[in-house]
Amino acid sequence: MMDLIVNLVSGLSLGSIYALIALGYTMVYGIAKMLNFAHGDIIMVGAFTVITTVSMLGLPPALGIIASIVCCVVLGVCVERIAYKPLRKAQPLAVLITAIGVSYFLQSLALLIFGSTQHSFPKIITVPAIEIGGLTIQGNMLVTLAVTTIIMVAMSLFIAKSRTGKAMRAVSEDRDAAELMGISVNRTITITFAIGSALAAVAGVFYCTTYGFIGPYTGSMPGIKAFVAAVFGGIGSIPGAMLGGILLGVIENLAKRYISTELSDAIVFAVLIIVLMVKPTGLLGKRVNEKV
Amino acid sequence: MMLKVDDIHVYYGQIHAIKGVSFEVHEGEVVSLIGANGAGKSTVLKTISGLLRPKSGTITFLGNDITHTEAYKLVNRGLAQVPEGRRIFLQMTVRENLDMGAYTQKDVSEADMEEVFRRFPRLKEREKQIAGTLSGGEQQMLAMGRAMMSHPKLLMLDEPSMGLAPILVEQIFDIIREFHASGTTILLVEQNAGKALAIADRAYVLEQGRITLSGTGADLAASDAVKKAYLGG
Ligand SMILES: Nc1ncnc2c1ncn2[C@@H]1O[C@H](COP(=O)(O)OP(=O)(O)OP(=O)(O)O)[C@@H](O)[C@H]1O
Ligand SMILES: [Mg+2]
Repeated sequence: MMDLIVNLVSGLSLGSIYALIALGYTMVYGIAKMLNFAHGDIIMVGAFTVITTVSMLGLPPALGIIASIVCCVVLGVCVERIAYKPLRKAQPLAVLITAIGVSYFLQSLALLIFGSTQHSFPKIITVPAIEIGGLTIQGNMLVTLAVTTIIMVAMSLFIAKSRTGKAMRAVSEDRDAAELMGISVNRTITITFAIGSALAAVAGVFYCTTYGFIGPYTGSMPGIKAFVAAVFGGIGSIPGAMLGGILLGVIENLAKRYISTELSDAIVFAVLIIVLMVKPTGLLGKRVNEKV
Repeated sequence: MMLKVDDIHVYYGQIHAIKGVSFEVHEGEVVSLIGANGAGKSTVLKTISGLLRPKSGTITFLGNDITHTEAYKLVNRGLAQVPEGRRIFLQMTVRENLDMGAYTQKDVSEADMEEVFRRFPRLKEREKQIAGTLSGGEQQMLAMGRAMMSHPKLLMLDEPSMGLAPILVEQIFDIIREFHASGTTILLVEQNAGKALAIADRAYVLEQGRITLSGTGADLAASDAVKKAYLGG
């Protein structure tokens, strides 16, 4: 029983990291109408920024995290401006291939700069583990859960209530109509990439803290998992990305612990396929119910 | 002069949809643009509002060349469009749709909101409802209310009566008259030529991407060519 609870907590913690990444995926999909397969690599860039600033330059961790967020936001916005914006009216397939190209580009760049060896990620979350009734819960998990919960609540409020959040929903639903309201679609897409990249930077810190090591390809696995989580929850849906991410983390962790470490990813995908068979739009995906 | 469209040509890829259209709208007028399906009416409106770009020709709005101005920048300058098929945000609430209409205003003014609700009491009752659940007529009212939130100087309406029951069509035209009476200049696109000509100070007939007739609403309504082609005899 204790074991189950500990596994649930670590699953929740992992899942909330996936949820943060999935949020970026799903927002970009909903608003820019594209799958940004380079999203996972933003995590890797953020993690290397932390390594550079904290491990190599000896800056305090808080500064390192801020540097990582700034770096990821700038990178995300530049990638959008340079690689995706010129393709705004192109075929979805062309955009998809470009995104894959950007992903390889970032990986190769990291390979050139940092080499192929794994770098150890600095210990920047130094909250002690706590014990509740015989259960030991690691400090970094508590921090992960607390921070991601705050971010998810804040994001939900931002999307629901703020002027920019509403503009994002308007652009996501009907670009031309949004433009006719005086909303700049380009600016809204830029903001979306900036937010998504900032979330990826934060997620990257937690992810790398959990795994300890990073290399040029570190971003691809959480990237793919987060994409799966976004589809699982219903791509384009913000609560869907949160739910999808959390469920994915929990299922993955429980499968690892109670079934098989090797099969855990296969089990995750099997669950996804079953969900999509029952509900093709994902758990919280909206049906397109346009009235004619 | 409010709006001057000068010899615009608009293409969809290879398709030459608008072949040298020129017309003007003066301050305080109601101008109607009538024409059959596929004549190019919506294309003309979208080109004015900046959603499409003409290959050649110029568009001048309140003395400024707006031929290459991005659509979102025109709202602030006093141009609003109620697009064909309403295009309200179906997943947002009625109130949020009106908020979006006021996006360029510094604050969403409660007075403006109340003004829309006064004109369309049905929208007030459905304020918190998701717009996708509204009836067709209510959606049209919302689209018009949303456009009014930006205080346009020129309001362009693309087939506001499309798909509505006769009684609702009456109501929509009453509201257009009200908007006009309160000082908004109107550019109206319609297939319902009878109604569009009756309300218009001046009107243009668009056929296959060209303007073939123009004149006062009354003159056109009386002309044999228009009677035959658009007024059912
Ligand atoms: N996105 C598009 N791609 C290609 N051709 C288009 C596109 N939109 C319109 N057209 C063509 O341009 C011409 C003008 O279309 P437009 O929609 O402006 O006509 P309309 O007068 O508004 O018609 P309706 O009364 O049916 O709304 C038509 O021949 C149409 O087929
Ligand atoms: Mg049309």
